[in-house]
Amino acid sequence: MVTLAKDNLTKADVQDKLKEIFSHYTGDRQELIPVLQETQEKFRYLPAAAMREIARFLHIPESTVYGVSTFYAQFKLTPLGKKIIRMCRGTACHVRGAGKVLAEMEKQLGIKAGETTNDMEYTLETVACIGACALAPTMTIDNETYGKMTPKKVAEVLGDRSKAS
Amino acid sequence: MTEAKPVKDNKHTIYICQGTGCVSGKSIEITEALSRAVTEMGLTGVKIDFTGCHGFCEQGPIGIVEPEGIFYTHVAVADVPEIVASHLRDGKPVERLYYKDPVTGQAIMYHKDIKFYSMQQRIILRNIGHINPERIEDYIATGGYESLRKVLKGMTPEQVIDELKRSGLRGRGGAGFSTGTKWEFCHNAKGDQKYMICNADEGDPGAFMDRSTMEGDPLTVIEGMTIAAYAIGASEGYIYIRAEYPLAVKRVRLALKQAEAKGFLGKNIMGSNFSLNIHVKEGAGAFVCGEETALMASIEGKRGMPRSRPPFPATSGLWGKPTTINNVKSLATVPVIIARGADWYAGIGTEKSKGTCVFALTGKIANSGLIEVPMGIQLRKIIYEIGGGIPGDKKFKAVQTGGPSGGCLPENYLDQSVDYESLTAAGSMMGSGGMVVMDEETCMVDVARYFLSFTQAESCGKCVPCRVGTKQMLDILERICRGEGRPEDTDLLQKLGEQIKAGSLCALGQTAPNPVLTTLRYFRDEYKAHIEEKRCPAKVCPRLISFYILPDKCQGCGICARECPAVAIVGGKRMVHVINQDKCVKCGTCLDVCPARFGAIVKVSGETIDVPAEPIPIKAEKPKASA
Repeated sequence: MVTLAKDNLTKADVQDKLKEIFSHYTGDRQELIPVLQETQEKFRYLPAAAMREIARFLHIPESTVYGVSTFYAQFKLTPLGKKIIRMCRGTACHVRGAGKVLAEMEKQLGIKAGETTNDMEYTLETVACIGACALAPTMTIDNETYGKMTPKKVAEVLGDRSKAS
Repeated sequence: MTEAKPVKDNKHTIYICQGTGCVSGKSIEITEALSRAVTEMGLTGVKIDFTGCHGFCEQGPIGIVEPEGIFYTHVAVADVPEIVASHLRDGKPVERLYYKDPVTGQAIMYHKDIKFYSMQQRIILRNIGHINPERIEDYIATGGYESLRKVLKGMTPEQVIDELKRSGLRGRGGAGFSTGTKWEFCHNAKGDQKYMICNADEGDPGAFMDRSTMEGDPLTVIEGMTIAAYAIGASEGYIYIRAEYPLAVKRVRLALKQAEAKGFLGKNIMGSNFSLNIHVKEGAGAFVCGEETALMASIEGKRGMPRSRPPFPATSGLWGKPTTINNVKSLATVPVIIARGADWYAGIGTEKSKGTCVFALTGKIANSGLIEVPMGIQLRKIIYEIGGGIPGDKKFKAVQTGGPSGGCLPENYLDQSVDYESLTAAGSMMGSGGMVVMDEETCMVDVARYFLSFTQAESCGKCVPCRVGTKQMLDILERICRGEGRPEDTDLLQKLGEQIKAGSLCALGQTAPNPVLTTLRYFRDEYKAHIEEKRCPAKVCPRLISFYILPDKCQGCGICARECPAVAIVGGKRMVHVINQDKCVKCGTCLDVCPARFGAIVKVSGETIDVPAEPIPIKAEKPKASA
């Protein structure tokens, strides 16, 4: 079950940024996905207050905005961590041992794939394929790619997290 | 934009691959370092340029020095000074960066002599790796936009459709429907507005050919799309690309802008009456949107769920208007068919499957990468000659074609012809062209579980057989992998699989059971071993394997204990180390790090090995020091 973020953002908080986004669009319902994409780029997730404003702008029910936001994997309804770790679970990575790397990553961060650490440092995601199959198993942290991963290399990549909660 | 200098003015041009694989190997930094080094040494007549994906990602980052065609592999920033000083300045190529044949070990200097390339026939990928994808002049210099000119100056839409039909081109997105016939349906459909869509929502894990095409030669796709739009009578076009492919999105947008500036898009293209606008729509991370009706729903701003057909998109597609949807590779082929003629294209391939097909060859294979081969080639040729076989003397077990919905074919299918009909008959499919090679260390039950976990997660939820059925199948497979399989499970999987195939609306559900059904068909004994003997023959499924340290081999070096991520190994100096089986996470790190000359760690399944419960002083003799 997907829940909306428990942020306290109000209409007034999101209005300025949304106004700028809306200025690129005409208000037609087919623009919903690009509007959501741009909104997420600005806020790094989809705040509930913003989703309500988007529904009004495109003249569609709030439930439609929620329905589309929860259908596509790209859209996040809760704030993301400062860094986003994407573990490739493509076929080439799988047969070369990506599962063990993911398990170790989940253990070290203390979260499951799809979650964010309590200190808001990392969000851990899995992706279908990042198209760097020759470097399998691979992962990325933001725009940096790490190839030929092993469970042991997870700690190196994360560095010292002993101070983290 | 800097204008391309003709190559003949330069003594050398060095092209660095900037496909996604090589970029992750720092090829952008390498390109910059080359430019700096050339400037610092004051070399003139040397040009540094970049290309899209060469397809040989295993060897990346890749550089090619023209005009000789010298091929450098695994280039690092640290190699730059030597390349510039030795090769570009003194004319002495850097031999240690040559490609080494995985079979003979021989170093190969020229691009054209490498078997990975020489056995391919590149039509769709013809320009990739040879032109700068961000410069339309490069594309034009290879004959780009000649085909569109030919069409607009002298062919009616009917003639274009006829040419395509005669060429025998079939949809490269996987379904294999005749492209010309598809266009004809849409051409004949009544409507004031028609749409042309390029399906670039490549979602298969392990497939990256559409991505490489758009990153390496975006204009061939756009030209093909423009010809298609002319044939069907569309004035609006959409390219639907995954948002996960930011580089492809960037290059396609740039290519569209350049094509418009040259008058190849927009109003009255090349002075004709034909006008076309193309828009880019970014997907938002839903595998099912590769299905055409789901893709159109997504463009309309809705949840990307497939609907039943008919009506087909050709009569009622985007916003209820006649629409044609073609895959990236189908469209990239179109300009070549127009330029060289239907007869030429139909001369390649088999009787029913014409032309070439592109595969992303990955997994347990020496030469991972992107290949293009004529239809009808044998799997054995792809795997052993182009792919260079399986690394590390391992035995071939299976090849999986068609992405997560394809099937796994065993060794006796290696002489199988690769074409739409043969692969389907074997229980697999062409699909979008993923080809994953598996060796004896791959567990087929685990592979089936893996593919199903993917399709199950990507099921849109509309049809019950797909939504609930794949979940049930996955539960059973997970149970089997945990060693909790029941004797009736294989029959249950078979029955469920057949029902899901029959009862689902779209191709996702109709093909999701394929990996399970083919592994049941060809590797049933592996299922039996898991269920009846609680044994994983490939020693993969974590719950069914154990690691042991052999007391007569252990030297007490402590490497395993230091490297173990679970701190499950106890020992001490000159003590036989012991693995705490309750703490062990079965990651296999100890096995990897134990020095080969000791060979003290074993992995077993279905058996236990008698070892001490606590560390004891070592008895083993020191093995003779050898190289």
